[in-house]
Amino acid sequence: MLAKVYVTLKPGVLDPQGKAVRSSLASLGFLGVEDVRLGKYVELRLAETDPGRARAEVERMCERLLANTVIESYRVEVS
Amino acid sequence: MKVGVVVFPGSNCDHDAAHALELLGHEPLLLWHKETSLQGVERILLPGGFSYGDYLRAGALARFSPIMAEVGRFADRGGPVLGICNGFQILCEAGMLPGVLARNASLRFVCKHVHVRVEAGESLLTRGLRPGTVLRLPIAHADGNYTLDDAGLDALERSGQILFRYCDEEGQLSAGANPNGAMRAIAGVRSERGNVVGLMPHPERACEGLLGATDGRALLESFLS
Repeated sequence: MLAKVYVTLKPGVLDPQGKAVRSSLASLGFLGVEDVRLGKYVELRLAETDPGRARAEVERMCERLLANTVIESYRVEVS
Repeated sequence: MKVGVVVFPGSNCDHDAAHALELLGHEPLLLWHKETSLQGVERILLPGGFSYGDYLRAGALARFSPIMAEVGRFADRGGPVLGICNGFQILCEAGMLPGVLARNASLRFVCKHVHVRVEAGESLLTRGLRPGTVLRLPIAHADGNYTLDDAGLDALERSGQILFRYCDEEGQLSAGANPNGAMRAIAGVRSERGNVVGLMPHPERACEGLLGATDGRALLESFLS
């Protein structure tokens, strides 16, 4: 199975990288960008074939390592 | 005193720390991160550097090194543990200290001497230092922006777990004196129980006049007393 994990900063957590990207976009003339939030994308190829078990396993990985839940949240897609 | 200095792949202040410990009359023991014995040390120091290249998040991978299970048990028994810079990041990732060290608000790697104000005396790192004392110490990091939710920060304030705040020469807090955007200007904290401490500045690089600052001595002497 393929698991896709999106790790993003929780709302309200300062994202200086996002701010820098937004200001670069503005300097390129893309003036309509109100906010930019950067995150991480992780792709995992799993031996597991049951979607439910795969998702549960990946969620445990997120809790333990892939995300720091003090400041980040995550979303898992399994296919 | 025998002090363990843990060496992760990418640690680069391990020898600075060992040098400072020797200078203060102690016996540093470099402990490779794959080891599972602390070899009878009485203190553990997690040094600065870029363990695992800061991959994923600073400190995120180092916390799963074999020796960290032992360091955790040592701390659970009340053993004193100090994390400096990357060591601080590792202790936060391991959940042994509250909070996270996020990317500097400026996005820049900041390498300079800064001032910090002692907030809590009589901690593992600040024995003999009065609250309000201003210290001059070097920093060198890209991820030192201390971050925690408001409730967590309030709890730290109430329990006196904030050890140092960035300030100016006079001890005043200001945005200009905060080198990384740290919430409430926090530069160092202790665990609830007090035997685990971490800070972003480098006391081990501030123990000799030759290096331009000597205020780190008092902190290490406190840790080793």
